[in-house]
Formats: sequence, C-alpha cells, structure tokens
Amino acid sequence: MSELPNNPSSPQSQSDADRLNFETLSKLVEVQGIKSNTTRGFKARIAWSLSYLTLLLVITPAVLIVGHVVLQALPHFQFSVLTSNTTGLGGGLKNEIAGTLVIVLGVLVIAGGLGILSGIYLSNYAKNKFGNFLRSSSEVLAGIPSIVFGYVGYIALVVHFHWGFSLGAGLITLSLMVVPYVSKTTEVALRQVPSGYSEGGEALGLSEGYILRRITLKSALPGVVTGIIVAVAIATGETAPLLYTAGYSQNLPKLAVTHSPLGYLTYAVWTFYNQPSKAAVQLSYDAAFLLIVGVVLLIVISRIVVSASQKHSENR
Amino acid sequence: MSSTVVPTERHDSPDENIRHREKGNRSFLGLKIVSTVAALIPVLALLAIVAVLLSESLPAIKLNGISFFTKFAWRPGGTYSLPTKTDGILHPVGSSFGIWPLLAGTLESSGIALLIAVPVSIGAALAVVKKLPKGLSTGVGFFLEILTGIPSVVYGLWGVMTLGPTLSRDVFPLIAKHAPSGFGFNFFKGNVGHGEGLITSGIILAIMVIPIISATTRDLLKQVPTLTEEGGMAIGMTDWETTKKITLPWVSKGVIGACILGLARALGETMAVAMVSGSVLGTIPSNLYSTFTTIAATIVSQLDSALTDGTGFYVKTLAETALVLMVITLLTNVAARLLVKRVSSSGLPVGRGV
Repeated sequence: MSELPNNPSSPQSQSDADRLNFETLSKLVEVQGIKSNTTRGFKARIAWSLSYLTLLLVITPAVLIVGHVVLQALPHFQFSVLTSNTTGLGGGLKNEIAGTLVIVLGVLVIAGGLGILSGIYLSNYAKNKFGNFLRSSSEVLAGIPSIVFGYVGYIALVVHFHWGFSLGAGLITLSLMVVPYVSKTTEVALRQVPSGYSEGGEALGLSEGYILRRITLKSALPGVVTGIIVAVAIATGETAPLLYTAGYSQNLPKLAVTHSPLGYLTYAVWTFYNQPSKAAVQLSYDAAFLLIVGVVLLIVISRIVVSASQKHSENR
Repeated sequence: MSSTVVPTERHDSPDENIRHREKGNRSFLGLKIVSTVAALIPVLALLAIVAVLLSESLPAIKLNGISFFTKFAWRPGGTYSLPTKTDGILHPVGSSFGIWPLLAGTLESSGIALLIAVPVSIGAALAVVKKLPKGLSTGVGFFLEILTGIPSVVYGLWGVMTLGPTLSRDVFPLIAKHAPSGFGFNFFKGNVGHGEGLITSGIILAIMVIPIISATTRDLLKQVPTLTEEGGMAIGMTDWETTKKITLPWVSKGVIGACILGLARALGETMAVAMVSGSVLGTIPSNLYSTFTTIAATIVSQLDSALTDGTGFYVKTLAETALVLMVITLLTNVAARLLVKRVSSSGLPVGRGV
C-alpha cells in the first residue's frame, strides 16, 4: 500500500487545474491539425495507445488473481471452515484465523505504540543530524528482506533466548519489521499540522503535553491511522518472518509470550497448496480468500479514513 | 478544532495556572524520554540484526572462504555419518556450499521482473496522469492498492496453480519454437518445463513490483510544473512529444530511483519465488523456463532441513547467505533513496512496497 491515498494535504486541487490546462492545450494543438494527419500525430496516437495497453496490463493481473482465488474458494466454501480447527490436512481454519487476529492485535499494540512515539520524537525534537541518522536507519530497516527478519528472529529469540516457537518471538520480529512504516507516517502527519494550531494552544497557556495530546495528535490522526493500517496489512500478509518464529500449531493460540506456537492464515496457504489431498488444497484457497477479503477491507477502511479527514481539512 | 483546545479545568488564580502547566511539562518530559527510546529502536534493531548474522555466520565465512562466491555446489553433506573438523570448525562430511547459483538466480529473476515492470509501470502512470479523467484514475489507484496488498503467498499460489501451467502449455512452446537460433537466443529455446521456473518467477515478481514503480512515477508526474509542459505545447509539440521530451526527462531521476526500489523488493522477495521457482539448488538456469532458486527462497525452504544438521554448519551457512542478501538489498535501497529523496507523496518508506 505504498500508494495509500493518504496524503490529505497534497496539492490535489492545483494539479486538477494543471491537468485542465494540459488538456485544453492538447485540444488546441489538435485544432491546428498537427495531431490527426501527420506522422507526428500518428506517433502520438500509437504512443498513447501503448500506454493504455500497459494500463490494462496493470489491471488484468489484479483481476485475475482475485478472480482465481474467489472462484476456487467460494463455490466450495463452507462456514464450518470458520468454526473448526485444522486437523491434519483438513478441517477448518479457526485456529489460523484466531492466530492472525492475535498477531494483528499484538503488532497493533507494539508497532503502533513504538511507531507513534518514535514519530512524535522525529517530528518534534529531531531536527538535527541525529534526527536524520534515526530517519535513515529506520528506512534502512524497512528495506531489509522479510526472510532476514525471520532468520534473525529464529536464531536470536527462538534458539538463543530459548523462547521456542512462540507468539512473543513472532510478534517482536514482525513488529520491528513494520515500526518504520508507522513511525514515518506519524512523523509526516504531525509535520503537516499547521504550526498555528499549537501556537494557539501555547498562547492559551496550555501545557505542551496537553497541546500534543488534544491538538496536534488529534489533527494528525488520519495520517497516523493510515500508517497503522499499513502495518496491519503487512502483519496480515507476511509469512517469511513468522514461519520460524511463531512456528505453527493446530490449536487455538495460547496467550503466552514463550513456548506458544500458533497458526496463521498465510501458513495455511503456504503449506497446504501442494498436498495431495483435495481438502488440503481447498483449505489453502479458503485461507487465500480470507486474506484477500481482509486486504480489501483494509483498503476500504483506509479510503474512508482519508475521505473523512479531507472533509474536515482546511485546505480542501 | 476550536472546541478541543478549551481546557477542561478552570484555574482562577494565576499561581494555580502555572502549577498546572508545570505538572503538564513534567509529564511531557516523561513523554520525551519514552519517545526518544522508541525512536532509537530501529537503530538498535539494525545493530542486533547485523550482530546476530555476523556472529552466527562467522564459522561459515571462515570455512566456506572466498570460493563461496564462485562454487556451483550446494551440498549439505551427510547427516548420518560422523561430522569432521576442518580448521577447527565442525561440519558434516562432504558439505560444500557455493552461493553463485543462488546469486545468479536472484539477479536473473529480478532482472526479468524489471524488464517487464519498468515499461508497463511508466506507461500506466503516464496514462493515469495525462489521459484518464480523475474518477477513473482513482479506480486505477484502487487496483494498484490491491496489487500491493495481496500477500506474497497468494501471488505464489496463483503463479503455481494457474499462471505457470497456462503459460507453459500455451505460450512458452510458441516462444521456444519461434525463437531464432544463434548466440544469445538459445536461452529462449529448449525444454519449456511445467510452469515452475525462471520466467514464471520473473513475471510474478514483475506484477509485485509494478505498484511500487507505477505509484511513485504517478506521484512524480503530478509534481511536474505545468508551465514547462505548456511551453512545449505552445511551440507546437504534440502531447506525446511534450510528454517524451519535457515531462519524462523532468522526473527521470526519481523514476530511476523508483525502479531501483522495485529491484530491491524483487531481490528480497521470498514466499512467492519459493513457490514458483521449482526450488532447485546448486544449478544455474540453463534456459528461460528452467527451475532455479534465489537466495531468499533458499533460506526459507532450507532452514527446515538445515535444522537436522547436528553440527549446525548448514544453519550457519544460511546465516552467511542471509548476510549476502542483506548487503545486496541494502546497497540497492541506499542507491534508490539517494535518487528518490522523499518524492513519494504518501510519505511512506517505500522499501517493502506495502
């Protein structure tokens, strides 16, 4: 979701006017007769047709993937999948659904909390070289492949700390992976709050903590929420960091930090798709279907948040 | 807003007001300390990751030596016979590791992905910014978000169940048959396989990086000042000529940065490639369709069997492999960031692409 429409204060209105000008001008050029009956006009037409074709190449895979999973999962979908645990290579996905929810909640608390705090620090105090150092190391962390996180989580937490495959190991690994996203969006959102807001608060003699809590953070809320949604989306869809940290279990997740392996939906997709039994493959598709439903829900929520925030923003 | 800034308590005497403010500032100091600690966590995590990988892989680095980067072998060795000691490091008999095939597979699949994704992404971004009405371009944005949001295991599932088999049945034989023979083109010929392999992985990776490159390019294109474009139109260029000669050069640096970010994503992608690559260790793909493996896919698919190695040498070699992967993706990311420098309007770190 690098492209969540989350930037409430991007200069959208200006670019609309710009586009209008561009279109008017292209029409003018057309009137002058350059466009339709010269080689140059012909070249332009070919080029734009190709660009429409590439647009089609972007949309088609999305439709195909979602369509394939829905068509494989929905016709045989039974609601018992939601209410029974996985047994061997069959059964339902109740333990995986519960596991994914627990992981999402945990990441929400850990990465959400740490990310918001670090975003506050970066936007309020870190205007020097040290701040830039913190920022770039956070971006470097975001660029590390997820399997490296998984491997390090396994070696450090599961083996050296003797935590075993556990909720704690999975949560810490995954949270560290997504903290940069929350931190970055929080920082950007806080920076975009007009300074007049907090200055007004100071003029009223409010304490700095009160200003931050009730004025600045409140105005930056949509951006913060978007960052958290991205974190949740990653937590829902990742597999590699969890395989060797959270492990797997066919029971409902135990709410303990150590020695508490748990199942999650992406594990079901990854493990059951190449099993010989039809029930297992079906389970794999069911899990993929639930994951896609989750992703679409998250996208819709983030869009609602953004449009709600734009309704109240001043520079609409 | 105005309703929220009114304090809930009223303080009549100025003294009390000041005391209230001081109390607030004390708790604010606490927040400052806590948030500093939180901001330090990414640095600490980075240090921890490097430290763990280095200390874990040190014996492997010593024993595998420089030939780790040139050898074609990937032999974990016999786990049933007694382990031997070389240079004081315990390892299974006959174990021999070379990362070159994995490295080649990683670079080749990511290269194919970029070859497909770059023109498609830029073309689509151009159509969205320059041609589509606003309502439709929001719709395209939705598809891009879907593509970024789909978990990589679901990409893998689709690739291995539908895309790969379909292509190897209907498309690959045609390419293999009609490709001209001769130097360089032999790569397109030969056994087309069953759909798990280099080209399928390349296509899947391309679909995964398209939203990164396309969304960044789109945001960049929107920032091009209109006046420069109008200048082009005013001297009688067609809209395409203006786009090609003025708009695209204006954003080229950022677009290249976006492409490198996409490359970093493709290099580090794990699950999807593990599912559609065919996971063959120790060989370099002989043609476009042959099975292969990448560094990331090897780590995820081999860690299980590496745990059965009683000497722990296989796990340590995987640590070295992970270290190589991390260095590669880090270099790519740094290069990309030097070029892009905060151009993504979404303000997110674009690294993982999500």
